[in-house]
Amino acid sequence: MSTVSMTVNGKAVSADVEDRTLLVDYIREHLRLTGTHVGCDTSQCGTCVVHVEGKAVKSCTMLAAAAEGAEVTTIEGVANGDLHPMQRAFNDNHGLQCGFCTPGMIMSGIDMVNRYKAEGRTLDEAAIRHELEGNICRCTGYHNIVKSIAQAASEM
Amino acid sequence: MHSLNYHKASNASEAARLLSGTEDGKFLAGGQTLIPAMKTRLAAPSDLVDVSGAADLRGITVSGRDVTIGAATTHAEVAASGELRNVCPSICEMAANIGDPAVRHRGTIGGSIANNDPAADYPAAMLALGATIKTASREMAADDFFVGLFETALEDDELITSIGFTAPEAGAYAKFPNPASRYAMCGVFVARGDGGVRVGVTGAGADGAFRAGEFEAALGGEFSAEALNGISVNAEEMLSDIHGDGVYRANLVSVMARRAVAAAS
Repeated sequence: MSTVSMTVNGKAVSADVEDRTLLVDYIREHLRLTGTHVGCDTSQCGTCVVHVEGKAVKSCTMLAAAAEGAEVTTIEGVANGDLHPMQRAFNDNHGLQCGFCTPGMIMSGIDMVNRYKAEGRTLDEAAIRHELEGNICRCTGYHNIVKSIAQAASEM
Repeated sequence: MHSLNYHKASNASEAARLLSGTEDGKFLAGGQTLIPAMKTRLAAPSDLVDVSGAADLRGITVSGRDVTIGAATTHAEVAASGELRNVCPSICEMAANIGDPAVRHRGTIGGSIANNDPAADYPAAMLALGATIKTASREMAADDFFVGLFETALEDDELITSIGFTAPEAGAYAKFPNPASRYAMCGVFVARGDGGVRVGVTGAGADGAFRAGEFEAALGGEFSAEALNGISVNAEEMLSDIHGDGVYRANLVSVMARRAVAAAS
């Protein structure tokens, strides 16, 4: 057991956990922030995507201990009073059906828009589809997810 | 995942010291292969020594055409390095297509080549670029480093510190990803430099990544896709599995090699 401390959604948090604890379990079981999901638990599906130091990572494939001292943002931390433009865009475009993959889609969407803006690259439809390589949705067929991210990219 | 003890190293020598004090410890870099392997209990180390934050293992330096990449540099950092792209865009393009964006934020070049997955992209690049793999105690040519499926010349407690190579005059990587896993069914990295043409192949060989000698000789004479007409690798030396048999993969090597040469020309 070790005490693992980090900043999650702007708040300092700490928990005594086994060294083998995955970041996603730390977030869900110890912090009770259950918006971050576990779909496949094999790094494929992307429902567990959170931001660590501003970068999208699969929290099922990272140890909590490796995030010691880090700034972590989960789906619960993206809205600032109002919905985040990415959340609003998913709402406007019906970018979901069952909603299970949506937290990961939104976290990956925000990450890709931020990166493309920082690098001065254009996030067109083909780029969005390529960037969604690691996020699986079994309901929508992706069309409305792509539309949602494109809308948010123009607003962020 | 079995119980384990986690240690964080702030530099390479601390990592070596921490590992030496463990019963059956392993170095942990980005963990994008090791953690999934531990979940399925294919790996069950007693301890993990995390080198992902080791300052002396990170970063890319370019001096003229000489490139050094720290072992704990992530795929995303390789893909996004403007300095590296100026001299060797092919390796940036290759890194930009490994796994997915979240995997690229964690996965590292050192972790990838130390694991030597037969379908990983980096081994092909290391072979084609004639890279030197450096550890705390020695330097190895990529040709000597990749031994077989998931096997390298590394000792159990040996940590890769950096990778060095001279940027080629021209180079490109062409990959045929498995439609489901997106791992390479076949990936061919072609590099044309002072020492001639080198062709590294991943995903296809039964013994892991390899150099295609006949392709290199033909391209050394004339660097064009047509120069490869009538030349192929031996299908019996290729991987054969549910995704494709040896004949299919041998054909993929030829097709990907042509695409890579066309892209590099």
